[in-house]
Amino acid sequence: MKIEPMKLSMHVNLDEFIPATNEDKEYLVRMRPSTTFFKDGMKRLKKNKIAMTAIIILIVIVLACIIVPAVWPYKYDQMLGVNPGSAVDPSFANLHPFQLGTTEKKLAAAGQFVFPHIFGTDDSGRDYFIRVVYGTRISLLVGFFASLIVLVIGLLVGSIAGYCGGKVDMVLMRIVDIIYSLPDTLMIILLASVLKLTLGTAIEGTVFEKLGSNMISLFIVFGALYWVSMARLIRGQILSLKEQEYVLAAQTSGAKGGWIIKKHMIPNCISVIIISTALQIPSAIFTESYLSFLGLGVNAPMPSLGSLASDALNGLSSYTYRLVVPAVIISLIVLSLNLFGDGLRDAFDPKLNA
Amino acid sequence: MNQKTLSYILKRILMAIFTIWVVITITFFVMHAVPGGPFLGEKAISESATKALEAKYGMDKPLMTQYWTYLTSIVTKLDFGPSLKQRGQTVIAIISDGMKTSVKLGLIAAALALILGTVLGSFAALRRNKAVDKVIMVITTAFVSMPSFIMGSLLLALFAVKLRWFPANGSTAAGLVLPIITLSLYPMAYITRLTRSSMLDVLGQDYIRTAKAKGVSGRDIIFKHALKNSLIPVITYCGPMIAGIVTGSLVVEQIYAVPGIGRAFVNSITGRDYPLIMGTTIVLAVLIVVMNLISDILYKVVDPRISFD
Repeated sequence: MKIEPMKLSMHVNLDEFIPATNEDKEYLVRMRPSTTFFKDGMKRLKKNKIAMTAIIILIVIVLACIIVPAVWPYKYDQMLGVNPGSAVDPSFANLHPFQLGTTEKKLAAAGQFVFPHIFGTDDSGRDYFIRVVYGTRISLLVGFFASLIVLVIGLLVGSIAGYCGGKVDMVLMRIVDIIYSLPDTLMIILLASVLKLTLGTAIEGTVFEKLGSNMISLFIVFGALYWVSMARLIRGQILSLKEQEYVLAAQTSGAKGGWIIKKHMIPNCISVIIISTALQIPSAIFTESYLSFLGLGVNAPMPSLGSLASDALNGLSSYTYRLVVPAVIISLIVLSLNLFGDGLRDAFDPKLNA
Repeated sequence: MNQKTLSYILKRILMAIFTIWVVITITFFVMHAVPGGPFLGEKAISESATKALEAKYGMDKPLMTQYWTYLTSIVTKLDFGPSLKQRGQTVIAIISDGMKTSVKLGLIAAALALILGTVLGSFAALRRNKAVDKVIMVITTAFVSMPSFIMGSLLLALFAVKLRWFPANGSTAAGLVLPIITLSLYPMAYITRLTRSSMLDVLGQDYIRTAKAKGVSGRDIIFKHALKNSLIPVITYCGPMIAGIVTGSLVVEQIYAVPGIGRAFVNSITGRDYPLIMGTTIVLAVLIVVMNLISDILYKVVDPRISFD
């Protein structure tokens, strides 16, 4: 075999060592600041007209719920015809929109300004507008906190199952499977109707008493039943992320666990988690109003959109607007939340953008 | 059907039986955790009378014995015991009485939802981005975001109270029209959206293009290739749809005063008729679990591409 003589000469192209001209340097100038994942998603979200309309509607409703009860001259549980020291004035009950009670009419005739009852009053003489606003507030709060409970429990169980794997994972996932296959609404009605009775005495004298036993049982029921799909989702996310090449790459280049979690795991699953929490809120509001409609929701005199709609059925022929108002608001909230959640998913789920 | 399919079906059936057992157990122990007991609401009952009543209904025995008796009598004799509030009536008699109306109502609503949903969905998909499509999508979006009790109350207000086209009371045949419409609107809207998106997906497939290239007529492509395949996801929705109609009927029957099982359930909760609550929960739960089971199995059997694991 003939051995090639070793080549020692170097072939250097001297042209490559000429200093760059200004023209060449222009290619390296950053035309615009580099975009982050969050900025990129926000840009996509802002372009989505439906999602932006939905969020504006939601912001208006939320602001109204916060501000209106503070400045409105009537309270949600204030029966206008009832004054201490005098007989009950029946003229305040069942007022039509913008009508006034007798004492108010006198004041108005005397030239004084009387704040109008925009939606009239209900059969106990309570200003209906403020009850609707307050009911919206209750419904939104229930939706928000119920989703938070679902998120916390789901995150806990899901990440434990995902990280530990093996037997822990198997046992937890079988429990999830069983709860998942239970008919949820039936179980909720059952639990809510029983908890309503048992909790009443248990929470007497504690901070929870103010919330009412029905509200607490609502949260317990949510915490007990609705976390399963969240746990499944988070477990799946963690399992698939653990197997990703970039996690392996980070590990081989010496990254510590904390760094991988902070830089790779959280950014990659946070959007999915936030989106499914956002989509949980309308379903919680849905369930709360459903239970309130059946009389298992909030305690009287506290209103919620469901209980307002349920009460309105009694005077349906003469006071139809009392049903229409909460019905429109609840549909608007659920629709906006769903549309906004969809918009979030389209904007922030990188797997869908491909 | 091969070995794998059979073992999958067997596994699902066992799982469903287990779920039903869990439902019965939860229901039983939850109901017995209520303080006061079922005779608390009746006035002027002496202690000895309460004792006698408890002995009559077997409530003086230990809890586990009661549980075992309850479980065996359900499984072997379909016996849920007597109703506490409606004297002389057994729970199973009340349930089967209510079921007659409710099943009729639910089946008509489900059929209506399936037929209208698939037709409207395919229609929207075939006229994608045209005005018809957009109108259908806007209406269905509104329908899916409206809870059944809101829909029911609004329809009642409009058609029964204002226009007086239908009676507000659901105990007559004409009175069942509005409850059926209420129950079917949500699943109809959902099926429409489902059919539309899966039809659009199928229409983009290669085999549709192949069929077109071979010169198959438009109608044959739609009915023989596209529609059949795009209906597969609809089958999976059938289980949840029945569950939705069942839970929807609880409030809808309440709104329209339909003498069905949903109203019996809600009344049993307000009346604290424990055996009736337990019986109704179990019967409805079995219905939902079985429907989910059937639609799951059907889904896998119909579509050979789906793997079993």
